[in-house]
Amino acid sequence: MRKWIYWLVAIAALAGLQASLKGLIGAYNYQIVILVGINIILAVSLNLINGVTGQFSIGHAGFYAVGAYASASVVFYGGPSIRAAVAFLPAMAQDGVLLLMGSFAAAITAGLAGLAVGIPSLRLRGDYLAIVTLGFGEIIRVLILNLDVIGGSRGFSGIPQLSNFFWVYLAVLITIISIHNLVHSSYGRAFVSVRDDEIAAEAMGVDTTRIKVMSFVISSMFAGIAGSLFGHYTMYLHPNSFLFTTSFNIIIMIVIGGLGSIEGAVLGAILITIILEVFREFGAMRLVNFSILLVLIMLYRPQGLLGTWTLFKKRDRAAPAN
Amino acid sequence: MGILDIKACTKRFGGLVAVKDLNMALQPGDLYGLIGPNGAGKTTIFNLITGVYAPDEGSIELDGTAIHRWKPAAIARLGMSRTFQNIRLFQSMTVLENVKLARHMRKKQGLFDAIVRTEKLKEEEKEVEHDAYELLKIFNLDTRAHELASNLPYGSQRRLEITRALATKPKVLLLDEPAAGMNPQEARELMRLIQWSRDQFQITILLVEHNMQVVMGVCEKIQVVDYGETIALGSPREIQGDPKVIEAYLGGA
Amino acid sequence: MATFLQQLINGISQGSAYALIALGYTMVYGVLRLINFAHGDVYMFGAYMGFYLANNKWIQSNVGTSTAGAVVVMVGAMALSAGLGIVIERFAYRPGRSGARFTLAFWLGIVGAGIGHLVHPSLISLAIGALGGILVGVILEQTGLRPVRQNSRLSLLIIAIGVSLVLENGGQQVFGVDPKFFPQIISTTLWHVGELTIDSQKVIVLAVSILLMLLLNLFVKYTRTGKAMRAVSFNLDAARLMGINTDRIIALTFAIGSALAAAGGILVSLLYPKIDPLMGIMPGLKAFVAAVLGGIGNITGAMLGGLIVGMAEVMAVGYGQSTYRDAIAFIILILILLLKPAGIMGKGVVEKV
Repeated sequence: MRKWIYWLVAIAALAGLQASLKGLIGAYNYQIVILVGINIILAVSLNLINGVTGQFSIGHAGFYAVGAYASASVVFYGGPSIRAAVAFLPAMAQDGVLLLMGSFAAAITAGLAGLAVGIPSLRLRGDYLAIVTLGFGEIIRVLILNLDVIGGSRGFSGIPQLSNFFWVYLAVLITIISIHNLVHSSYGRAFVSVRDDEIAAEAMGVDTTRIKVMSFVISSMFAGIAGSLFGHYTMYLHPNSFLFTTSFNIIIMIVIGGLGSIEGAVLGAILITIILEVFREFGAMRLVNFSILLVLIMLYRPQGLLGTWTLFKKRDRAAPAN
Repeated sequence: MGILDIKACTKRFGGLVAVKDLNMALQPGDLYGLIGPNGAGKTTIFNLITGVYAPDEGSIELDGTAIHRWKPAAIARLGMSRTFQNIRLFQSMTVLENVKLARHMRKKQGLFDAIVRTEKLKEEEKEVEHDAYELLKIFNLDTRAHELASNLPYGSQRRLEITRALATKPKVLLLDEPAAGMNPQEARELMRLIQWSRDQFQITILLVEHNMQVVMGVCEKIQVVDYGETIALGSPREIQGDPKVIEAYLGGA
Repeated sequence: MATFLQQLINGISQGSAYALIALGYTMVYGVLRLINFAHGDVYMFGAYMGFYLANNKWIQSNVGTSTAGAVVVMVGAMALSAGLGIVIERFAYRPGRSGARFTLAFWLGIVGAGIGHLVHPSLISLAIGALGGILVGVILEQTGLRPVRQNSRLSLLIIAIGVSLVLENGGQQVFGVDPKFFPQIISTTLWHVGELTIDSQKVIVLAVSILLMLLLNLFVKYTRTGKAMRAVSFNLDAARLMGINTDRIIALTFAIGSALAAAGGILVSLLYPKIDPLMGIMPGLKAFVAAVLGGIGNITGAMLGGLIVGMAEVMAVGYGQSTYRDAIAFIILILILLLKPAGIMGKGVVEKV
């Protein structure tokens, strides 16, 4: 019962902020806050596969793209009929229904894409998985470039703006709590066992391929939701938003914060999003410094900024041993 | 019909015949020793039984089910558990978590339960944790339950591996050189614990050792292999006097 | 048929360039088990070095713009890139392996130079900034701040990504964001054989690539150092115990791989003269695909893989699927990994339990 009260309070708080935030911090900062939220979802979800399960995916942007385009298509092409079906609702609630349906489609499509990539490739060794996921991301991008119904190389424009601070941060909350719960369940132990020692995990009855695919699909679904929120915020999608540099940025977020830790992923997402936004107006030299910082952190503090520090009561979970 | 039956198994690696025409039959409740000098093929036999390798010829049956084409996880689910010669604990998990993981394959919770943290999950977690503690107490590890497995001293890590294997509730437990790296005192204690576990949990244990003294004290039946072939089979007393065994161990010098 | 042959020629020359880059990937992977993401950017660096050398007044007036000039440009760029490869290895990859000193000084030196240049865009200011950075680095190191020794392959991979970003962004800063045009260091002749048109540049690309690969093969097979290299790639720890200076061999591997990538960069620039700081990304990735395709760690495999990838791409473009060009390499990769995960020439490895 207490759970529901928490959720109601959170929703009320988000709605309150939604009403006042833009006025308080201005449109530019508001946009950064939205981007931070979307990146938190991406980082926390990628952390599940890269940090917790110990598989190395560098194609997260691919699933992000799949979700973004899936949701945008559903809303763009199916929007009018969905709106007609729920015409009795006030306009704001109609928007919500549309966004939920779009995000649902995004999660399912991205999850299926994850399944399609995961089943064949998760049997492969780490480096190969890395390069397959990277290749998959590129293939998705090239496919989108060639699909005219979703804008092709012109980009997909005319997507209605449905997501805002409220929806993005509701999704952030759901993502963090879901993944936190998952990591602290029997599945979570299975994920970590695969990361620590696959052979021992198999010997203990853990179907390692299944566990890896599961982690991969869940991670992809959340990336898809992030994509949906992104598309319905910016109202325009272009394949170049999903280059593999996007994947690299998400990796940097989870590594800077500390691989395997949800708090680290959140911190990393906040830091990197802000740094990249601030750097945007300066020259390449700032980006050079940013990349050097990444190298130095890996050399001098490979466990990330947070290391094994945790916000929650230590419930038997530690960061990966090198 | 025994609990574990190996019939005419052969395994080759390239030109090398690691295991040749091996037969082995364990009856329920056996404490069975598999010994042989270094490089005799003992670990390969273990890997065949647990599904890490598939035999080129022959069959392996666990409790009447042919398992020699199965994956390790499936064999584990059917009721076989093992420890490793070079300890393979989950280093970044705590002692308690290592033991709890062993229950993953018998979990009742679904993904939904896990994500939403339903009452069903909480109850199961409580039960799993309780059982894990009970086992840890038996093996004297409960006081260190929340430490990282990698922080335990060597001997405790070995004990933890056995605890984890037992937590899967196996029918057959395979121990790969459990006393390796222990002093005689520790080894004797461990052997007593192994014997006790067999009686307490009513399981069958297959033990690999190359230290003869250890095996002699605890096993009732012993099979000796050398160059992948069985050279002797019998009670400890019979084995001790067997000239072929003596020759294998002394290198025929 | 004529079109097919024409495409075949194009494919072989494109493929041989991929093969040159793939060699560096495969060699580095062989010794360090690392996907050196920065390798594609070394290829870019090589092309730029070639560009600057070819436009260098001293070289133009003393060596001339003939074949001799082209050779000087090529060898010079290869040497400079080899240097870059060694520097990358020494300051980015070695510290995690054997706690190399002056790592912090090196990186802070670059940061300092950047800041110096930002404060006042002159060489003096840049040098002062660099010195300041180095000084801070040395002092910090004196207080006991040392790289963490670790061999997590994941951290290594992320360092590689970081170095790649440093080179790309640094390239944009130093070489400029706008594309430059590679000079014609060798004049072109077109030969007509029946319906075929053969561009002498393509023949040169192919010939030089084959020559370099041949030299590499001879080096690895028959010299002492080459044998040491193979030993390191077979088992690094065992090689060290056998008295091989593994750090030296690894550095050498980076040097050779980088020189080959630079050669690839210049050769490709002969065919497609537009160069820019991000030009290395795609060829780098595709060359990696080529290396995996051939069986990573295997030198002959890398050459074969490069040819296959180049050929497949050119064929696809030639037969009207040009928009899918960038996806083709990856589709091949995924197919190969599903059918023969160890690559064409690779051997499966059984993990020891």
